[in-house]
Amino acid sequence: MATCGLAAGAGETRKAFTETLAERNIEAAVIPVGCLGHCYAEPLVVIHTPDYPPLCFHNVSPGKAKILVKSFLEEGDPLVEFLYGAMEPNELLPSVMDFPRFSLEKRIVLEHCGHFDPEDLFQYLLTGGYAGLVKALTRSRSEVVEEVVLSGLRGRGGAGFPTGIKWRLATEAENENRVIICNADEGDPGAYMDRTILESNPHQLLEGLVIGAYAVGAEQAVVYIRSEYPLAVRRIRDAIRQAEEAGLLGQAVLGTPIHLEVLVFQGSGAFVCGEETALIQSIEGLRGMPKARPPYPVEKGLWGKPTVVNNVKTLSCVPAIFRNDAAWFRQVGTTASPGTAIFSVVGNVVHPGLVEIPMGTTLRTLIFDICGGVPGQKKFKAVQIGGPSGGCLPESFLDTPVDFDSLIQAGAMMGSGGMVIMDENACMVDVARYFLEFTQSESCGKCTFCRIGTRHLLIILDRITKGLGTLEDLETLETLAADIKLGSLCGLGKTAPNPVLTSLKYFRDEYEAHVLEKRCPACACRELTAFYIDLEKCARGCDACVGCCPVEAIFTTSNRKKGIDAQKCVKCGECMVACPPEYDAVRKVSPPELAPVIERGKE
Amino acid sequence: MLDALVSMKNPSGTPEVDTEELLMLEDLRNGLRRFAGARSNLIPILQMIQERYQYLSPAGMKLVAAHLNISTVEVYGVASFYNQFRFHPPGRHQIQVCMGTACHVRAADVILENFERKLGVKEGQTTPDREFSLERVACVGCCALAPVAVVDREVQAGMQPSKVEGILLGFQIEKDRLDREKQNRGSDSSETAGT
Repeated sequence: MATCGLAAGAGETRKAFTETLAERNIEAAVIPVGCLGHCYAEPLVVIHTPDYPPLCFHNVSPGKAKILVKSFLEEGDPLVEFLYGAMEPNELLPSVMDFPRFSLEKRIVLEHCGHFDPEDLFQYLLTGGYAGLVKALTRSRSEVVEEVVLSGLRGRGGAGFPTGIKWRLATEAENENRVIICNADEGDPGAYMDRTILESNPHQLLEGLVIGAYAVGAEQAVVYIRSEYPLAVRRIRDAIRQAEEAGLLGQAVLGTPIHLEVLVFQGSGAFVCGEETALIQSIEGLRGMPKARPPYPVEKGLWGKPTVVNNVKTLSCVPAIFRNDAAWFRQVGTTASPGTAIFSVVGNVVHPGLVEIPMGTTLRTLIFDICGGVPGQKKFKAVQIGGPSGGCLPESFLDTPVDFDSLIQAGAMMGSGGMVIMDENACMVDVARYFLEFTQSESCGKCTFCRIGTRHLLIILDRITKGLGTLEDLETLETLAADIKLGSLCGLGKTAPNPVLTSLKYFRDEYEAHVLEKRCPACACRELTAFYIDLEKCARGCDACVGCCPVEAIFTTSNRKKGIDAQKCVKCGECMVACPPEYDAVRKVSPPELAPVIERGKE
Repeated sequence: MLDALVSMKNPSGTPEVDTEELLMLEDLRNGLRRFAGARSNLIPILQMIQERYQYLSPAGMKLVAAHLNISTVEVYGVASFYNQFRFHPPGRHQIQVCMGTACHVRAADVILENFERKLGVKEGQTTPDREFSLERVACVGCCALAPVAVVDREVQAGMQPSKVEGILLGFQIEKDRLDREKQNRGSDSSETAGT
């Protein structure tokens, strides 16, 4: 019951369960849980019964819910036709672990997500929650810092700075009045793992935050969270209240003399506030504009105090490190990037959702083995990693291992972990234009190169997607991109040209087709594409496309077939969907001149 | 402060603050008492106002400036920096079309365009009858269900151009029903009054 489960209809499913259970007088507890990360199969339901291992059912609509109660709970038939798999290996039924989507994952942060009620502190304690904090508190501050240094944990926000070193730097600051901030301003379009963690396991994050606060000696902590995530805001607020009541936060943390106050600050929708200095400005009530570093926040940050800013995933890794130890953490992943990486794999892929894999897994395993590859027998074209700061990698890079350094070498970056898979229908010029549109409007305006440069990149890309570009434009894109990287202060400007640079590097032929032939190879740029109806295939008298056209651009020809008025057509593609598959008569071509002209019938 | 605002006139001579806004300002003045006059409260205050009244009015921002003892332009400067804040009252039904990456590659622009066409307004605008307002948002974090739109705070998964029509039709049916009920009730009460 996280935001995406609810969007998929989990609310109604839950209602159907409670109602049918009451109707049939069956005693069962319906527990709303967090997110398992298997968004493609939502709403998911796990049913625990004495006779069977816990069984997971997928795409459970209210109707299916009623049948499950009747047939499974009342009559004892486990309804294998609805079954996704058993949650535990057993002799009777296939287990979910038989699927690569489960077995190839390695879950540290997401381990308990989706298995318990995130609004219940007690259930978190049952998973071993706050045991890491108890262990950490038995050790000295510097021992805690050194343990994290040893674990090799690197910041999961994108840059990959070693967390332990950051903490150590903060403890070296003279001012004893320190602050720790959890950065939950997940502004990256296409990434939602922070939201899921906040919604599905808020106490794990709080535990990491308390350990961090203890290590650096902070008495104040702030969770900076996007206001676009109302459910996450509510869950973290509730979690803080519960933790305070249980003595895990506040005046005396677990009876020790340690004092910690946690505030929630809601971000107001500015992408640049994911940058730590901008984030701090925003908490102080100013415009979120980055400041020149040094001084780094660890020396002088929020309200002038030494400040540690850590990402949600980073802090959520910390409890597990203390429950086990640094060496255990190092066993997972690679030497330079220990631990796991969490990606939200979305776009044109069979099993989209959240995936947690050991660092060093290749992109191919991630996209094809775990997430099932590209649907509809289409060809894989590119994977966009790291959002607006990252890059698009083509097929030849599929064997790149996923870790901080390999991805930067390839021209992309880890970013916050958004991964968008694109099939042959995506136009790389259009994708670059999309990202530039985003960074251009999100640039805070402080640095001239970022403010004006991104605007110019956007104008040029816009021109190219309309078929008005020149070869010279491609040169300008490259030089301007390099200048913006050099002339910007913060990560936003330094990385904003990445989508343009990588797509130019790996998909130059697509740019050239737009410029030289005025053709969009993917038929995605609407100005360069036309729709027409193949008269050979069009069925006489069928009106399926006429009804769906939003602008009445489809007319009937003299022999009762259909044609599209190119002047009226807005190229929405509705007719292509509406045309019955047995006819499949609607075609898309680029350049538009290739579309045959079809005469209107005489009235 | 409030009295000064009320007596202010536009160059055309009409009062700058109408009655609807006046009630809001009165209420806002009470709401502000909960916040200390510290600069770091600026964004939480603005968020409270937006939550309560759906938008920030010029007079409201003046009140906030006075409360925090900063200039009005500073309040406006911060408010206009962040995407969250609106400066015009939105419609009764709010439609936000997600423009995240996953939604983009699944043709979110077509969805937005379809809303624009059906409602007759551009993104960022409200229909003249104040029934609907249309906005684009960067990402609502439901990427696996792309393309999505948020209609009255509820996420609509797997949007299609034809679904746009369905959603708007649903509102129209609901409105017609309410209107009919109101009319019926109106005629009922007049009948009772007659007898």
